[in-house]
Formats: sequence, structure tokens, C-alpha cells
Amino acid sequence: MKSGAPNEQSPVLSVRDLCTVFGTRAGDVHAVNSVNFELSAGEILGVVGESGSGKTVTMMSMLRLLPSPPANVKAGTVHFEGRDLLQATDKELRRIRGGRIGFIFQDPMTSLNPVFSVGFQLRESLRRHLGMSRKAASKRSVELLEMVGIPDAESRLSAFPHQFSGGMRQRVMIAIALACDPSVLIADEPTTALDVTIQAQILELIRDLRRDLGMAIIWITHDLGVIAGIANRVLVMYAGQIVEHARVEDLFANPSHPYTRALISTVPAVRGHRAKRLNSIEGQAPTLLGMPNSCPFESRCSSAFARCAQEAPHRMQVGSSHDAACFLVENASHVATN
Amino acid sequence: MSPQIEQEASQPLVEVNSLKVYFPIRSGVFRRHSGNVRAVDNVSFSIGHGETMGLVGESGCGKTTAGRAILRLVPITDGTIKFRGKDVASASPEGMRKMRPQMQMIFQDPQASLNPRMTVASIIAEPIKEHQNLGRSETIERVQELMDAVGLNRDFANRYPHEFSGGQKQRIGIARALALNPDLIVCDEPIAALDVSIQAQVVNLLADLQSSRKLSFLFISHDLGMVRHIADRVAVMYLGQIVELADRDDLYANPSHPYTEALLSAVPEADPEYERSRRRILLTGDVPSPSNPPTGCNFCNRCPKAFDRCFRDEPALKEISEGHLAACHLFDNS
Ligand SMILES: Nc1ncnc2c1ncn2[C@@H]1O[C@H](COP(=O)(O)OP(=O)(O)OP(=O)(O)O)[C@@H](O)[C@H]1O
Ligand SMILES: Nc1ncnc2c1ncn2[C@@H]1O[C@H](COP(=O)(O)OP(=O)(O)OP(=O)(O)O)[C@@H](O)[C@H]1O
Ligand SMILES: [Mg+2]
Ligand SMILES: [Mg+2]
Repeated sequence: MKSGAPNEQSPVLSVRDLCTVFGTRAGDVHAVNSVNFELSAGEILGVVGESGSGKTVTMMSMLRLLPSPPANVKAGTVHFEGRDLLQATDKELRRIRGGRIGFIFQDPMTSLNPVFSVGFQLRESLRRHLGMSRKAASKRSVELLEMVGIPDAESRLSAFPHQFSGGMRQRVMIAIALACDPSVLIADEPTTALDVTIQAQILELIRDLRRDLGMAIIWITHDLGVIAGIANRVLVMYAGQIVEHARVEDLFANPSHPYTRALISTVPAVRGHRAKRLNSIEGQAPTLLGMPNSCPFESRCSSAFARCAQEAPHRMQVGSSHDAACFLVENASHVATN
Repeated sequence: MSPQIEQEASQPLVEVNSLKVYFPIRSGVFRRHSGNVRAVDNVSFSIGHGETMGLVGESGCGKTTAGRAILRLVPITDGTIKFRGKDVASASPEGMRKMRPQMQMIFQDPQASLNPRMTVASIIAEPIKEHQNLGRSETIERVQELMDAVGLNRDFANRYPHEFSGGQKQRIGIARALALNPDLIVCDEPIAALDVSIQAQVVNLLADLQSSRKLSFLFISHDLGMVRHIADRVAVMYLGQIVELADRDDLYANPSHPYTEALLSAVPEADPEYERSRRRILLTGDVPSPSNPPTGCNFCNRCPKAFDRCFRDEPALKEISEGHLAACHLFDNS
């Protein structure tokens, strides 16, 4: 298999040309537009983008979790452990979801069942996916809760989700996602609803778990600070597309898409230089109705020129493991289609 | 200077003194009063003319309640709030009616705070109609001025809120808050629901309006970066109390209360190298319930520096250096 950079091992997950469209009364919403990326073993891939940029729909499309209609995954392949998830049978998918691929959602209350105890939900997952006995599953449940830092784990098994604080619920979610020893963990804004001191605890926990368990993680957020602290590589999404991809150091040291540059410069920091006036990005993101035939950032871009309105740029190589979908990137060579 | 202006300059616009806002907890079949949520518990601060006071702290610490109390949108349990020297807490309905136009509020959720069945023009005109006696054409003129001031296209005057983006909805809310030329605007998480790229637009707008109209802001936010950008002074709340209050630069450079230190050290920064090497203070434990705060210091059960006294005596907010207040026993002998 051809891969972006020679020094990377073969990916655990490989997404090619993923396109998802929603049929709505106003017309087709092109929520995910030809998305390509790979996830390597043991890495944390950050996905950053603003509301509506397609982060959640990308992940849901990969796992075929979107109801159809209105969603239609129009094209693409999602290779994982020797098969294409988009072609897998429902039975295979059910085994993979919550098994080899674990996920955590933004709002734990939507994915934890309020009427069952936390222990029951953990045990069920273990028995269903790993065929554990009741006794073994109970023992493992306690270990899992201890691993994610829930004090008094044994006695907390009988507690219901609403009896935990927000941060504790998110830990329970992580325990459930990790229960079946997944090779890939997808975390969709798992700390957005939490206070910063609690978020810091969860980020630390994830860093430790990744080091100890070695799974690959996709971490979705709109917070560039969180990305800087946790990711190895980063995808920047805008209007349903990946507009830049880079190692985390390169993304912040040498942002190459004007959107990434603008985004980084608009966030005020708690230390260092304090600007008198914030850099702002005027205008707003495009509606995703109709296929784009220009750069989606063109109307808001301070470096836009004639070509940007006439043609949509592909991702072009900036350096090793670094590309951006912008005509300003020189030495253009397409990586998206490699 | 005329004597009146002189007095204005020396007296803050808002003075909050020992403010308490308790919400009763009722339980059992007879809904007996079984305790109190101490949402705001003995809070004092002031806001000067043209000043922005930042109010930060984590979810549930009482920021919104403190802001609403100043506008008397919640019943005040104890303490005084003076606006231009007049007590808000004890004002008569008529006195309140006179004071109300001078104090306005902008809310976190621009969607929920706008009536979906009213046009933009009627939303902005509503306070004018209620408090001022303007003719029809004067009102329209005033609405158009306000739309210009917040950067909304006049042509959109007859559209409905759902036809606008989040940032535009927040502009509608700001225009409505400006309608009566207030002196104070309580901004309750005005950018929390907005995209990062839109947040800067709204904050720049607020800053421009402040300098052109000499407004004072109480800027409530959990975004410590944004508060550093916009505030002149910052108060940090924890469990219903102010634990630290100082000038912006002083607070961010020399956080003194262990909670402020932990809070600042937890803010993720868009700088991978710094993130890799930084020293973080990780707090353990959960925030206690405001209906059952711990004995001694409210922060004692999570404080990495707590010592015996902290579990016994409640620390008072006191000056630890010029203009820098902290409520912590670490500074007892300084
Ligand atoms: N059921 C649906 N019908 C129509 N459009 C949809 C539907 N679900 C999502 N979309 C659209 O798809 C686009 C991508 O949405 P998505 O939820 O992936 O964004 P996101 O990047 O996860 O944003 P957020 O940060 O707000 O979670 C948006 O424009 C959204 O309006
Ligand atoms: N009307 C009410 N009745 C009872 N309790 C209330 C009421 N309003 C607020 N509270 C409680 O008072 C405390 C402070 O709430 P408040 O909304 O002021 O916090 P906040 O700092 O604004 O939090 P957030 O950051 O989540 O907005 C919380 O424990 C809250 O549950
Ligand atoms: Mg999402
Ligand atoms: Mg609030």
C-alpha cells in the first residue's frame, strides 16, 4: 500500500475519498467532501474544525452510524483490519463498533443509558464483544473503572449515570470505550462540555492510557489548544473538506492554509503577547448546498485571487507529511489521490 | 471639572457589597425549606465608569447569578448593590423602572434569547417602545442606527432570527441591549455559543462600542484567554465566592490563590512545544455542592497547598499587594 510518508508504518485505518451528502428540502447538503486520511498505530490524530465543518459526520459515516435517508455515503472506502467498513455486513459492523473500534461522544448522557447501572453497561459490553462470563466481566469492570481513575470503583458499579459528575461520566464513557481493548478509539469532543480543570484531568488520562495501551486515537475538537497538547498529527477541516494536514509541530510553526493561519491568530492566549485588537475572520462559512466549484474559504480569505473563485484546490504537498488545499502552496503535487 | 463629574470619577458605577443570593431547597411532601443553594455567598466588587470587569470561574460557581442580581433579575438574599450610588436591592418598582434602562444584559444563547416570532426591527425596538416616547419614524431611525452600530445590514430589518447565523443573532442581542443607551451591560458568556472565527468579530464589536459609548461591562466567561483580552480587572469565583481579584496583567502574571493558579495552568495553549513541557497543576476531586460547602476554605478539599487552618477557618478576601485581593490563608502573615 502506498502511504503519504515513507517513515510511517502501515496504517490501522485508511479512509479514501469519503463523500457524504444529506438530502434536505433545500437541496443536497455536501457535508463531507472527498475526505482522505490515514491513522497509524499508536498515534493521536487530531481533527480540528468549527461547527458544521463535518467532523462528526465523517466519523459517523466511517462507522455507518448515520440514518439513511437523509444521509447518503456516496463514495469512498474505509479500510480497517483487512476489510472495507462501507461494504461490511451489519453483523460485522455491530461487532466492530464498541469492540475493535471504541468511541466516546461529546455528551455522555446521550450514549450512557440512564436506566441501567454503570456496572451493567460495562458488563454487557464485555460479554457481548468478548464473550466473558458474568464473573470475569464484573472483575474486569472494576479494573476498568480503576484504570480511568474512579475512586471506590467496586461500590460505584451499582451507581446510575446521573449519580456521577460530568467529569466522572466522561471517565465512565472512556472505560466503556476501552472495555474491549480497541485498536482504534474515536473521541468526538469528549471534553468540550467540561470545565478546564476537569478537561486537564481527562487529557492527562488519555495521554497515559495511550502510552500504556498503545491504541490509535482520533481526537475531534474545535479547540486548537487541546490539539496542541494531545495530537501527533492534525487534520484541519473546513466546509466538509480537509484543508490542511500536518504534524502538530509543523501545523503551528508553519500553518500553510490561510484558514489555519487565521484560526491560530484569532485565539487569544493566557500568556505572552496580548494584542490590542483580535484578528478576526470576517464573514461566515458557506452553506454546503451544491457541489463547490471554488475554494470554500475564498469569500473570507485575505489572500484570495481570481483562480480561487473559479476552481477548487486539491491538497498539495507542503513538506513531508504536510499538505494544504490552497493554490498558494507552491511546488504543487497532489497527495490526496496518491 | 464640574462637581458632578468629579463625583462620577471618584465613585464607581456599580458597587456590590457582601452580596448573598441563596436559593431555597424544598423537599418532602410539604415542600419544607430544608436548606439553601448558596449561589452567591458574600461577594463584593465594584465596576468603574468605562471599565470592563471580567468574571471567571467554573460551571455553577455563581457567575450568572451574580450578574443577574445586579440587574435585580433574581431576589437578593442579603447585601447591597449600588448603581450610581443608589441601592438596587431596596429600590421601589418606580425607582427600578428608572434604573432599568441604564443596565442591560447580553445572553449566552443568542437563539434562545430572541423571540422567534418577532422581526429583527421589532426585537430591537421593543425596549424603546417600553421605556421611551418616540414616534414611529423616530423609532425606525433609531433601530437603523443601532443596526449600523452593530454591523447588521439595514435591509435585514424585517427578517426573523432564524434567518441569521449565530454571530449575527448575537449582534441583534447587542443592538437590543444598546437601544436605551445603557451605562452597564452584563455580558453573560456572550461568545460561548459562537464559532472561534466568529468570537473575535463579536468581541471586537463589544470593544469598539465600549470606547465609542463609554460603556461599562461585567464580562462573564469561562474563556480565560478572551477575558485577558477584554477585561481591565478580573475576579475569579469559586463556589459562590470571589477567591481572587486583581488588575488583568497582575492576575495573569501573578496568580496568587491556588485555585487561580490551577485554573490558569489547566488552560490548553495553542503551542505544542509549550504544551509538551509545561507544568500542570492537576486538581483532584470534584467541586463540592453549593448547598453544602466544606468547613473552612471552600477550596480546601481540592487545594494542593491546603494546611490545617484551611479546614477550620474561612479565609477572608484581603489585599495582598496593591489592588490585588485574595482569599487564602497562605497570605495570613504577609
Ligand atoms: N441530518 C442532517 N441533515 C442535513 N444536514 C446535516 C445533517 N446532519 C448534519 N448535517 C450537516 O452536515 C454538516 C457537518 O455537520 P457535522 O455534525 O459533521 O459538523 P461538526 O464539524 O461535527 O460540527 P460541531 O463542531 O458543531 O459538532 C453541517 O453543515 C450540518 O448542518
Ligand atoms: N433559580 C435557581 N434555583 C435554584 N438554584 C439555582 C438557580 N439558579 C442557579 N442556581 C444554582 O446556583 C448555582 C450557581 O449557578 P449560576 O448559574 O450562577 O452559575 P454559573 O457560574 O453561571 O455557571 P455556568 O458557568 O454553568 O453558567 C448553581 O449551583 C446553580 O445550580
Ligand atoms: Mg460534531
Ligand atoms: Mg452561567
